[in-house]
Amino acid sequence: MTTAPKDNTQQAVIQAKDLRVEYRINREWLTAVNGVNLAIYPLEIHGLVGESGSGKSTLALSMMNYMADNARIGSGQVLLDGQDIAPLSSQQMRAIWGKKMSLVPQDALASLNPSYTIREQIAEVTQQHMGMAKDEAYAYAVEMLARVKIADPEAVARSYPHELSGGMQQRVMIAMALSTEPRFLVLDEPTTALDVTTQAVILDLFRELILNNQAAALYVSHDLGTVAQLCDRVTVLYGGEIMESASVTELYAQPLHPYTVGLLNSLPRHHDGTNTRLSTIKGVAPSLQQRSKVCVFADRCPVAIDICRAEKPPLETTPDGRTVRCFRWQEIANNELDLSPPEERVTETSDEADRELLQANSLSKAFGNSDLLDRLLGRAKEPLQAVDDVSFSMKTHSTLGLVGESGSGKTTLARSIVALIKADSGQIELYDEPIALDLEKRPQDVLSELQMVFQNPNDALNPYHSIGQTLKRTINKLTSKNMTDEQVAARVEDLLQAVRLPADYAGRYPSELSGGEKQRVAIARAFAANPSLVVADEPTSSLDVSVQAVILNLLKDLRAREGASYLLISHDLDVIAYLADEIAVMYLGEIVEIGPTEAVYNLPSHPYTEALISAIPEPDPTSGKQRILLEGDVPSARDLPQGCRFHTRCPRKIGAICENEAPPLRDASDGHVIRCHIPIDELVALQSQPPVAAGEGK
Amino acid sequence: MIRFFIRRIILLFVTLFVTSAIVFGLTQLLPGDIALLIKGRDASQVVIDDFRETHGLNAPVLVQYTNWLGGFATGDWGKSYLDSSDVRTTVLRRLGNSLQLAGLTLLLAVPISIVLGVVAAVAQDTWVDGVISIFSLAVVGLPEFVTGLLFLSIFAPGAGWPDWFRDFFLPALTATLVLLGYIARMTRAGVIEELRKPYVRTARLKGLSTREVLFKHVLRNALLPTITVIAISVGWLIGGLVVIENVFNYFGVGLLLVEAVERKNMPIIMAATMIIVFFFAVSNMLADLLYAMLNPRIRLG
Ligand code: SF4
Ligand code: SF4
Repeated sequence: MTTAPKDNTQQAVIQAKDLRVEYRINREWLTAVNGVNLAIYPLEIHGLVGESGSGKSTLALSMMNYMADNARIGSGQVLLDGQDIAPLSSQQMRAIWGKKMSLVPQDALASLNPSYTIREQIAEVTQQHMGMAKDEAYAYAVEMLARVKIADPEAVARSYPHELSGGMQQRVMIAMALSTEPRFLVLDEPTTALDVTTQAVILDLFRELILNNQAAALYVSHDLGTVAQLCDRVTVLYGGEIMESASVTELYAQPLHPYTVGLLNSLPRHHDGTNTRLSTIKGVAPSLQQRSKVCVFADRCPVAIDICRAEKPPLETTPDGRTVRCFRWQEIANNELDLSPPEERVTETSDEADRELLQANSLSKAFGNSDLLDRLLGRAKEPLQAVDDVSFSMKTHSTLGLVGESGSGKTTLARSIVALIKADSGQIELYDEPIALDLEKRPQDVLSELQMVFQNPNDALNPYHSIGQTLKRTINKLTSKNMTDEQVAARVEDLLQAVRLPADYAGRYPSELSGGEKQRVAIARAFAANPSLVVADEPTSSLDVSVQAVILNLLKDLRAREGASYLLISHDLDVIAYLADEIAVMYLGEIVEIGPTEAVYNLPSHPYTEALISAIPEPDPTSGKQRILLEGDVPSARDLPQGCRFHTRCPRKIGAICENEAPPLRDASDGHVIRCHIPIDELVALQSQPPVAAGEGK
Repeated sequence: MIRFFIRRIILLFVTLFVTSAIVFGLTQLLPGDIALLIKGRDASQVVIDDFRETHGLNAPVLVQYTNWLGGFATGDWGKSYLDSSDVRTTVLRRLGNSLQLAGLTLLLAVPISIVLGVVAAVAQDTWVDGVISIFSLAVVGLPEFVTGLLFLSIFAPGAGWPDWFRDFFLPALTATLVLLGYIARMTRAGVIEELRKPYVRTARLKGLSTREVLFKHVLRNALLPTITVIAISVGWLIGGLVVIENVFNYFGVGLLLVEAVERKNMPIIMAATMIIVFFFAVSNMLADLLYAMLNPRIRLG
């Protein structure tokens, strides 16, 4: 971690002064960002964190003087190198946008025009602002792509956006944003959509390029881990107001605001014991209409006192130069308030002995088999082998976590268990009885035993059915017992209570619920059938961290209460580790490592798992963790590498054997298996040393 | 691309074959003896027999059909039942008329409606948008014969309007009005949808002018569905303008087919249907092709 240049006698590159941004909603101007002061100095990356609805994206874009059609800067200034740009019209901003400031957005694919090649889109900026001719601009685009470490810049330059992987698209956005060497960059959740391995590489790239360009950047994120890794200073935003602002080291060492404390405590961290509960922040962020002349956080604050609801706390500056907006910050600084997460422990009771629940043997699934005409024309394509001969087993009352990058086949595997996708071959046994791979051939009771929770709760909820109707239908359809209407109603109430929703939610419709509430209903629906196994596919990845904590706790409680098992899919190892007893790591359709959670986290690990774990951003700026950066993207499952599938990216590759021979499964310890050519004791020895950076390390 | 073509051309022939069989089958179901119908009840047996002989009506139905099919494929489309004139000549002449009318209609409708749609989208929710929306809704709602008759009475004969104006321009204008509202609304929806996409923000934050953002970035994507609709409407313009052709007494394929059906003039029914189906299929194919060519995300084959 670099140290922040805090020479405040320098002029800030960009500075917001008493900035207030308003939205016009139903003929009324509502304040979305209120009285924000924020300065970013050269070479500084400033983190801006908060939940969705906190106003962080609005603030970030208004610092570029870019407004939605129904928004305006109500008052205040935005100074770019000392010049106020807030009064400038869009027409006047044209000389500044793309030249002195640029944006790297969250959704790179949607932010690129689908109809133009990459080089055409990059060249547009340099043609506009640097007066380059077309050929020159194209050549320069290739140069920029090389600078963001794209291996084959010529080819990428001629590609269309959809032909590139997510990581590649984001690099293109970075190349575009940096091509005019702007003074100020807004990075709006730029890695949220990416795999953790790709994220690690992109974050490194940001640091390096921003420092080389002498620029300043505002990094907007809900992820405290990446902020700790990337930023020098950080500002916490809530309800459109600054809650606190400090250097990252100070903030993570001693947060002064109850909201910051809550955010930090809601992160699952793998070194916690599996049974510690995540602390949660109750309630949701206030809507624009709700913000009043009180502490905006008062409704959710665990230590709110009377004055908090009578007056708005001022933004105070502490003796060591931090700012915080809370009446009680001194008490928090002196550790006089207890804000630490309650050390509740969930007791998982089960009287019955665990028995074999699910066994999957040699499951395989390929997509895109070529049709007759293709074959006649001699252009049959290789099928895409999403899942290749995978076997695993689960016991009752257990949770198996499946991790891997996108393209690893984890979702296909999970869906073929619940038969949403029909596996091509293999067997699945439930309680030692073989069950069909085909959904239509599964009897009622098997269907109710295996339930699914999706990433997007809307996939499971019918918008035209009330929550109560949805649950009732599921109960009636999937439980064979003939229940009376009263019993069904009682069960609905019971389920709602289990997912901590008030009973009157039965009458509401999905559109009236927040994302987190909808996910809770989807979970209740999955449990309505009294399943033995719930398959949860990225159940929290579309939610804020504080909401994620609520859902994870809920899943944990329900497992104990309903006696079910989980097959949990996530790209986030920390989420997996919070719930799972066992972890399976997938790469290109194969399980490369499987074992008890602790064993997988500790040495020895498969080289891929090792890289995954090292890429997790620690929410601790002082951790100084050495990361292993993986080169390139996951290869296509249409064209699987020979030998070990990981050999094209493996930092530990030992030689030709990895390229030619499929590696054996090696037993590391009881129930812990690693698929690698390196013998276990050698792996231990290798991984105990400081990691080698792969190729493009820093 | 090759794959796409092979597939679509096979499909085209299958479609033509199936339609011909269906239409032929349907005409067999028409009540009454065709020879009697054409030549009248009072016609002498000799005339009737002669008629049957020349048009091959004495053979079994299946043989009649295969004869027709063979003839059609080799360019002999038969003789009209009414005056024994060559069907191919008649149908192709009428097709020429229809193509001219379709051409002029597209020439009028496409630029006007796209401009209207884009203007409405850019001025979304202002009075300009309101006026355009009401206008396009109104013209979509009006039946063609109403607008057609209206035009005819406004531009009454004898007021010095040249013949081509009343005979050719007015029918095209009437057809234009039908397409206009449709294409304009499609364009408006497309542009509004694209304007909301994040790449528009990217383009603006590059410092491009509003005009560049609109013409270079937005329209390129927003007009894709519109272009498809225009291509598909070519089929309708060839075979579907019966009402307009009727009102203006314009000799297009549509009118020809209607007359032939009324008179049970089999060879013309068959040939005209084939031509119309052919143009419908080809314009659909054209629409898909254009869409794929303009959209790099679609790779045919
Ligand atoms: S001012 Fe009061 S309510 Fe607001 S954060 Fe501080 S203690 Fe909590
Ligand atoms: S087999 Fe070789 S390439 Fe594969 S993970 Fe082991 S060391 Fe790496």
